[in-house]
Amino acid sequence: MTQHASPPRDATGKLPPAGRLPSWRLMSARADVRTLSLLGVLAVLVVIGGVTEPDSFLDVRNLQLILTQASVIGVVTVGMTFVITSGGIDLSVGAIVALASVWATTVATQEYGFAGILFTAVLVGLGCGLVNGVLVAYGRMVPFIATLAMLASARGLALQITDGRTQVVTVDSVLSLGERDAYVLGIPPLFLVFALVTVVGWLVLNRTTFGRRTVAVGGNAEAARLAGIDVRRQRLYLYLLSGLCCGIAAFLLIVLSGSGQNTNGNLYELDAIAAAIIGGTLLSGGRGTITGSVLGVLIFTTITDIFALNNLQSDVQQIAKGAIIVAAVLVQRRTANTT
Amino acid sequence: MNGRTSRRGLLFGTAAVSAGAFLAACTSNEPKDQGPAADSGPAADDKPGKHVTIGFAGPQADHGWLNAINDNAENRAKKYSDVSLEITEGSNDTAQQIGQIETLINKKVDVLVVLPADGKALTQVGLKAMRAGIPVINLDRIFNSAQAYRCWIGGDNYGMGLNAGHYIGEKLKDKPDAKVVELAGLDNLELTKQRTQGFDDALRNYPNIRKVARQAAEFTVETGQAKMAQLLQAQPDFDALWNHDDDQGVGALRAIEQAGRDGFLMVGGAGALSAFQAIKKDDGVLKATVLYPPTMAASAIDLARALGQGKGVGGLAEFEIPASITLYSAVVDKDNVDQYMPTGFR
Repeated sequence: MTQHASPPRDATGKLPPAGRLPSWRLMSARADVRTLSLLGVLAVLVVIGGVTEPDSFLDVRNLQLILTQASVIGVVTVGMTFVITSGGIDLSVGAIVALASVWATTVATQEYGFAGILFTAVLVGLGCGLVNGVLVAYGRMVPFIATLAMLASARGLALQITDGRTQVVTVDSVLSLGERDAYVLGIPPLFLVFALVTVVGWLVLNRTTFGRRTVAVGGNAEAARLAGIDVRRQRLYLYLLSGLCCGIAAFLLIVLSGSGQNTNGNLYELDAIAAAIIGGTLLSGGRGTITGSVLGVLIFTTITDIFALNNLQSDVQQIAKGAIIVAAVLVQRRTANTT
Repeated sequence: MNGRTSRRGLLFGTAAVSAGAFLAACTSNEPKDQGPAADSGPAADDKPGKHVTIGFAGPQADHGWLNAINDNAENRAKKYSDVSLEITEGSNDTAQQIGQIETLINKKVDVLVVLPADGKALTQVGLKAMRAGIPVINLDRIFNSAQAYRCWIGGDNYGMGLNAGHYIGEKLKDKPDAKVVELAGLDNLELTKQRTQGFDDALRNYPNIRKVARQAAEFTVETGQAKMAQLLQAQPDFDALWNHDDDQGVGALRAIEQAGRDGFLMVGGAGALSAFQAIKKDDGVLKATVLYPPTMAASAIDLARALGQGKGVGGLAEFEIPASITLYSAVVDKDNVDQYMPTGFR
């Protein structure tokens, strides 16, 4: 506690082992190369989509579709990026999305309308995040194990709440948010939420003490502790943040699918981790990029879109997804070595 | 004189011997509980008979159809005063389900009804039950060996596709250059392939119809919405949609609504209550659904009871229950939806 009293800005500046922080400029130059290469991949995909299916791909509705479909997993990925940057992992995101979505759509909650659904989803997300955070930070459990346990129990609870049944949403104000009438200047509201989460996430990670502490904890937790960062509390906050993102994503998914189901969010943990990794966030912690993660999500969603438009089957889609993860990481390693 | 007596004696003796043999045959047949000898009627009916304990082991009810399976089994068993049901907690874990079935074998239930999470993986425990003298009714997902069950009853995935294809074919047969799309289920399941195969085979009867796209969802609302949104974007114009599953159909209908599309007819699969209600209302694209009836669990209880009482099935000439029963994948549309409404599952 006494350590904590020292000004954090100075404290982080004094960190030799997490020394990436002072070399801010170099890092951002590397990050730019990485961002550019991801944008290049996205551009190539757009060309492929435009050439193979010019009518349906280069259509405003298709762009809207890609943005909408990217929103749910995108919000989850922003939270995941923070956790991975701090050297942790959250395997429970998909299960939390499922639990939050079914809890928020049970009949009792639907009686309270829009606000009831939104707040329940967010609160359930935060609650699960709190449990994860306490287990990891104060229970000293390995994040992999703690969140794996949360994955199992949240899915189980979601199944118990629904009794395996699909909870169909009957609240019109929620449903209408997913309809075309609700688009703002042609932009789907779901994507606006995703964009907002992205901007806030970027600002928090890159422009606040909280963000710098996150990077410091991921770079070298012991050094961060010596520098006066309350590492445990920081970790608690990070899992809370991930849970919050899952809650928001659950609400978006309710809007999108018009229902809550215990199978919701299946394998989100893997998609979010994959997007963050190809975006350039280090799985070992100490480096995280929100821009990269969001580009990663958009790349995956665009691939899915192109494949579906070309009527390719899911087996081919999965093979390609795997290949892209491998390629992206290999390319990153090259760029990381050369710069 | 002598001759006559001896002849009479001989005749009498023969008669006595054959009568004895006949009686012996009858009595020796009785304790085995096989064949109809002890009962007046060969077919099981609602009248209480010999008490039967039925063990039921199913997979975890993680979606509507499997829930309906459990409900159907339990409600059917309650109907009979001569049946008691030993039901295990559903599990998708093969090892756990094997353990549960072994417990039921140890409890010496009279008949087992098993809906295996994985038919192949549970074949051995089916064999074990049969060897222990407990006949097994194999429900839906089939065991690898015919020795592992006395009777199989289940749905017809190929028939679902076939009947969906014929329904769509008949609706579109006068339309030149008709286009259909298919929203399939989980592609790594055999049943999905069978549903698609049946659909394609049916469409071959209608040369004017072409399947222009097929995407596989995962039997969930979320994936149904996502894949359908893609299909709608990819196909600006088509006449019919065959969706393998009503649960993912909830998502598909949501995507159709969000895209503001109509002008085609949709045929679902399975027989969910929400689908029946939409078909009855008839204000959307969903016009019909092809059954994969969860009532098969109730029928399995009937079969188990008949088996336990050594009877056959009403309406059939045989003294024993059949070795396999494949259900019919009826098409439910506006004309007959009221009849099927009570079987719809949530």
